[in-house]
Amino acid sequence: MSLSSQIIQYIMSGITIGSVYAITAIGFNIIYNSTSIINFAQGEFVVLGGLIMVFFTVVLKLPLIFGFILTVLLLTAVGMVMERFAIFPIKEPTVITLIIVTIAVSILFRGIAMFVWGKDAHVLPPFSGERGIDFLGASLNPQYIWVFGITVIVVIVLSLFFKYTIVGKAMTACAVNRTAASLMGINVRRMVLLSFVLSAAIGGVAGIIITPITLMAYDNGAILGLKGFGAAVLGGLGNFYGAVFAGFLLGIMESLGAGLIHSGYKDAIALLVLLLVLFIKPSGIFGVSEISEVKKF
Amino acid sequence: MGKKNSFTLLILSVFLIIFPFVTTNTYYLSTMIFVGIHGIIAIGLCLLMGYAGQISIGHAAFFGLGAYTSAVLTSRFGFHPWSAFFLGVLLSSVVALAIGIPSLKLKGHYLAMATLGFGEITYIVFNELTDLTGGPPGMGDIPRISLVGFMVNTDVKYYFFVWAFLIFILVVSLNLINSRIGRALRSIHDSEIAASAMGVNTSKLKLQIFVISAIFASIAGSLYTHYVTFVSPSSFSLSFSILLVMMVVIGGMHNLWGALIGAGLLTIMPEFLRALKDFEILVYGAILLIIMIYMPKGLIGGLGYLFNRFKK
Amino acid sequence: MNNTILHASNIQKSFGGLVAISNLSFAVHETKIKAIIGPNGAGKTTIFNLITGIFPPNGGAFEFMGTRITNLKSHIISAMGVSRTFQNVQLFSNMSVLENVMLGRHTRTSCGIMSSIVSMSKKKREERETRERATYYLEIVDLCDRMNEYPENLPFGKQRLLEIARAIATEPKLLLLDEPASGLNTRETQNLGRLITEIRDMDITILLVEHDMELVMDISDEIIVLNSGRKIAEGLPGDIQENDEVIKAYLGED
Repeated sequence: MSLSSQIIQYIMSGITIGSVYAITAIGFNIIYNSTSIINFAQGEFVVLGGLIMVFFTVVLKLPLIFGFILTVLLLTAVGMVMERFAIFPIKEPTVITLIIVTIAVSILFRGIAMFVWGKDAHVLPPFSGERGIDFLGASLNPQYIWVFGITVIVVIVLSLFFKYTIVGKAMTACAVNRTAASLMGINVRRMVLLSFVLSAAIGGVAGIIITPITLMAYDNGAILGLKGFGAAVLGGLGNFYGAVFAGFLLGIMESLGAGLIHSGYKDAIALLVLLLVLFIKPSGIFGVSEISEVKKF
Repeated sequence: MGKKNSFTLLILSVFLIIFPFVTTNTYYLSTMIFVGIHGIIAIGLCLLMGYAGQISIGHAAFFGLGAYTSAVLTSRFGFHPWSAFFLGVLLSSVVALAIGIPSLKLKGHYLAMATLGFGEITYIVFNELTDLTGGPPGMGDIPRISLVGFMVNTDVKYYFFVWAFLIFILVVSLNLINSRIGRALRSIHDSEIAASAMGVNTSKLKLQIFVISAIFASIAGSLYTHYVTFVSPSSFSLSFSILLVMMVVIGGMHNLWGALIGAGLLTIMPEFLRALKDFEILVYGAILLIIMIYMPKGLIGGLGYLFNRFKK
Repeated sequence: MNNTILHASNIQKSFGGLVAISNLSFAVHETKIKAIIGPNGAGKTTIFNLITGIFPPNGGAFEFMGTRITNLKSHIISAMGVSRTFQNVQLFSNMSVLENVMLGRHTRTSCGIMSSIVSMSKKKREERETRERATYYLEIVDLCDRMNEYPENLPFGKQRLLEIARAIATEPKLLLLDEPASGLNTRETQNLGRLITEIRDMDITILLVEHDMELVMDISDEIIVLNSGRKIAEGLPGDIQENDEVIKAYLGED
């Protein structure tokens, strides 16, 4: 394979893995906007999505579409349970408490996943065969198209949801000003619940579409969550489209770096980007520092 | 340091001195050595989390830096264990400064993620620098350490060696928090804006405590290396960083004794949970969740509350 | 006129397009009580946050006793002799009443990490002195009998007093009081007025943001009136009461 087709190959797989970072980053943003919580269990939603899909389609041999729907439904329940049993009862919601509680939930999810699925990585067959499609001299895995396509659909559906539905608008209002939103009669607590449900559901989608490419093991959540958070920060925490852009960017950087430099440091590249952004411009590439100044006081 | 602390310290010391003579089981002794090693890190992390109010989910990295500096320098380059020990402390302080200066400008969640990211990167480096660290399988043949000419080569000797370090570090930390600096630290925890308006240089103080906690972790790392005489990256992973945070939180974040109790519980508990094999992780998650929700001040705070209610 | 202790020239501040302070200049004179008044959202607290370095202005400069303090860090400005209280009381909740005031002595004491750790006689002496000084400031606000309690157990009025004690424990030249009377009853407000003049008589200049007009007119030597980030009047209390523009701003006419 020539260098140029190799690079195209890297970019393709970068966009694919970047899709997952983008969705995970959106998941972070949804919860952050309605609660100011960073959900350290976000990566676990992705893991559970993948593993539950394996159960439905590989073990129970359900058709893909049913497996997909059932998995996403189950994940909404997971999000609901997490909010009701872990976030809602907190008495002193300090930042440290919230961080540790979501970490505790992530440990529990990981434990449950290990209990149910064991320690091995699980395989999910690609949605439409494995025969590569020729694309600009590179061989394109058809699952890449599924991942990219479904990510685009998720992004479009969500942005329509936030722009045009009453509930979506109410969530956006909470993100802008919680006190004002509650004065306007919006039930803020219900929005918090909804944000966890929504976040878990799209996390599940990310898990379903990526498992055929990367496999899925019970302990993949931490690194997925960390990179998703990297994308969220890179795009500016809370910024919807920023997250999408940054997710793809991070995926491509990681894929190129791993391919052209050294694959052992694949994970380190994304993390290094995360640290650099945090240290140099924590408001993200699209962020305005003055806004964060207002939010702090 | 206060009468209460001196008294507790006395009781602890008496217990520690008697313990090896009443227990015949070397297994208990070795567990206590690990309690001491974990306790040293937990004390430092407690200063950072409970007093300065800054979270770190990457302290396994400093533990690892200490451990690997000692391991690599003594076994591959023939350094004296004590010079390796101090070079480890030096390296950890320099890294803590480099990470701390930009990180501590960040608040809350950002800081947690930055330290988490740093911890993961360090873990990857331990795995990938195979020429030095031996990669994932780890490295062995690490010499024992000696103290003024005497080899610390039995479990009993090592037990006293580690706990002497811990008591020293505990006294230092108790002195630190019961002072002008300790007051300033607690003020940062409560309101950073008010603290700086009263003249506390919050960023400098946070950085100093971050470095001190990294030094404690590095000391614990070197002590670990010369006891186990084998290191592998898996001991310094994210789960260990989280375990350290758990130790501080379970005992009670705002109390150094709480950190020590947390270190003890979480080091001894796995021995009882052995029957659960890998599923102890579920128990950990549940305990952490319940404590954070229902006892945000940890066991010490929770028991103190119950005690006060009982008195009334 | 006395010497100027704080001089603000052409201060500008906006938050993401929203102008909070616009081209504001004023002077505070030594050992006077100066009040800043104005409707909600006029930018009063923002001025305090700018003076104390919580955030920098977009333009203009502050000069404190002849030194430019714009862009200096909060703790340095505090050490130079500017102290403050907060509109929403910001006490240290995990510290006793006494410890809160002792913290105010931070810049007037010097034990660093090393001497704190080895616990030498210097530390012991300094701690004893800090305790004595803190007790003295608690006496001024009459809180000595509650010094071992925690701030949250004090009634709100006493919390305000504790915050003032903590602020004057730093031995400031200039004290910024952010709505000290809000949440107080009439008697507490009268006592507060007496306390503020007492503090002024300790040679501490006072800049006061306050809504209680009776208190302001009673104790202030000079008044600045702000509306939407602009100064609309400045002068003696009597003049301000008769100023047409001030009356307009307060009656809500545009």
